Amino acid sequence: MVHPVIKLVAQRIALGLLLLLAASVLIFVGTQILPGDVAQSILGQSATPETLANLRQELGLNEPALTRYFSWLGGVLHGDLGNALTNGQPIAPALGKRLLNTLFLAACAAVIAVPLAIILGLVSVRYRNRWPDKLISAVTLATISVPEFLLGYIVIFFLAVQYRLLPSLSTVYDGMGFGDRLYAIGLPVIVLVLAVLGHMMRMTRAAILNVMQSAYIETAELKGLRPFAIIARHAFPNAIAPVVNVVMINLAYLVVGVVVVEVVFVYPGMGQYLVDHVSKRDVPVVQACGLVFAGVYIGLNLIADLVSILANPRLRHPK
Amino acid sequence: MTRLPLAALIGLVFTGAYFAAALLAPWIAPYGMAEIVGDSWEPSSSQFWLGTDSIGRDLLSRMIWGGRTTIFIATCATLLSFGLGSILGFFAAVKGGWVDQVLSRLVDLMMSIPSLISALVVLSVMPVTIPVLILVMGILDSTRVFRLSRAVAVDIAVMDYVEAARLRGEKQGWIIFREILPNALSPLVAEMGLRFIFAVLFISTLSFLGLGVQPPMADWGGIVKENKEGIVYGIPAALIPAFAIATLAISVNLVADWVLNRTSSLKGGRGA
Repeated sequence: MVHPVIKLVAQRIALGLLLLLAASVLIFVGTQILPGDVAQSILGQSATPETLANLRQELGLNEPALTRYFSWLGGVLHGDLGNALTNGQPIAPALGKRLLNTLFLAACAAVIAVPLAIILGLVSVRYRNRWPDKLISAVTLATISVPEFLLGYIVIFFLAVQYRLLPSLSTVYDGMGFGDRLYAIGLPVIVLVLAVLGHMMRMTRAAILNVMQSAYIETAELKGLRPFAIIARHAFPNAIAPVVNVVMINLAYLVVGVVVVEVVFVYPGMGQYLVDHVSKRDVPVVQACGLVFAGVYIGLNLIADLVSILANPRLRHPK
Repeated sequence: MTRLPLAALIGLVFTGAYFAAALLAPWIAPYGMAEIVGDSWEPSSSQFWLGTDSIGRDLLSRMIWGGRTTIFIATCATLLSFGLGSILGFFAAVKGGWVDQVLSRLVDLMMSIPSLISALVVLSVMPVTIPVLILVMGILDSTRVFRLSRAVAVDIAVMDYVEAARLRGEKQGWIIFREILPNALSPLVAEMGLRFIFAVLFISTLSFLGLGVQPPMADWGGIVKENKEGIVYGIPAALIPAFAIATLAISVNLVADWVLNRTSSLKGGRGA
């Protein structure tokens, strides 16, 4: 008899892989089968029929869509993402380097945003409906209402131009020291933290408040425990599954928010790479980037589900 | 007539003002949309209330015309996503069985890719025109409306009066439009506000990335893109659309909150 948790986890992972496969179909359909003709949109309106036919031949567009999909998928599974149309270089090495840059940026933002959001959530539960709660709530509502690129220019305007604290362009290159690198990405990290902090903090607060209604919290209060100890030791552990879920959803969001923030700060990551090649209509690069983004997003959501399965004692210790 | 809370009143006034400015743009904008009237980045003066932009167009006029474009696209996309999402959602809830399974799994799949990424992937092969933008945004966003309306309609579909309508022999269309829709309307209207804001942010982001509204058409995201170089010289022209988007977002949120509160208190009785 297999432990039910293992079975659930295995099912969820299988579902994640299936979803990724289906997402690859969707990305392929989006770029290859929609009414727009790839060759036409690459060459523009001035294309002659001969150049169109040549490009179609070169791209293999005369093959049936199903054959093209499987040869693309086969390549992806072997780590071959094809060649970029714009410069003919293989995509995988360029993408790999940029993916590392993006993950570094997102990880720095996450390291700051996650603990900060949880602490602010705990504080606003402790002082709920008093001024610290209202202040935190108002500030986070404001940061949610502004899109990332505007947050980006607001911090550039104040922190880089008015006070000259941090550089407004995040230039990173190979062999750069760790400290210099952190200094260079200071502003984008601030923007990303602001972008996800509000939602994470609000959901943490809601999750803990939900638990605060329980009878055992009243017991703890009647025992005379300090309010903060009740929240941190009794309420928070029981709210961990929803909190982790929210954190993971926001990390997934972070990986998407990064697209815009990278463009604002001219940071050489995946997002910038994707946006550049969308405007150049370089379809293989767009497909590859789309697939990687979808993979990261699906992966993080998968982890969120796994954590909430594992955090549930009723599933871990079945009768 | 119930008393209007202050927050909702503020929200209504600001939302109304933005929509009025969008509708009346040809009459209230002091200059034309792409008319070059001064030097680049002139400071604000009695002639140009907000100053001029990177190539000397009046920024206030650009903001009003841009608001018109932004609000128009966001409204169309929201209406499309609601039409598509709610009808399919109700249909899935009423039909159940494999129809529900197919539609729900398809929506799960579409939501497994972030919408900005999906939009970028599609826009890499489609021509970037306003109808295409509206279609892409509307269809991507209809997944969220589908989930909500399906969840609401599943609860309603098991009510006695729906059962009664079925036993009377009413058709599918009657059940969806005459039994379920009126009862599902209030949560959907509140959600509509949020989806509208999402659409405003989405089109602004796309335009900022250069993949949305194309110049010389103005829209708020595009105004940021055109004036971003000014930031480095301390010229805050690019921050004005920030202010407009944020105030519009907050005021629509206030209205949506009020609608939601009002309708959720209806459960207890109409006067509450």
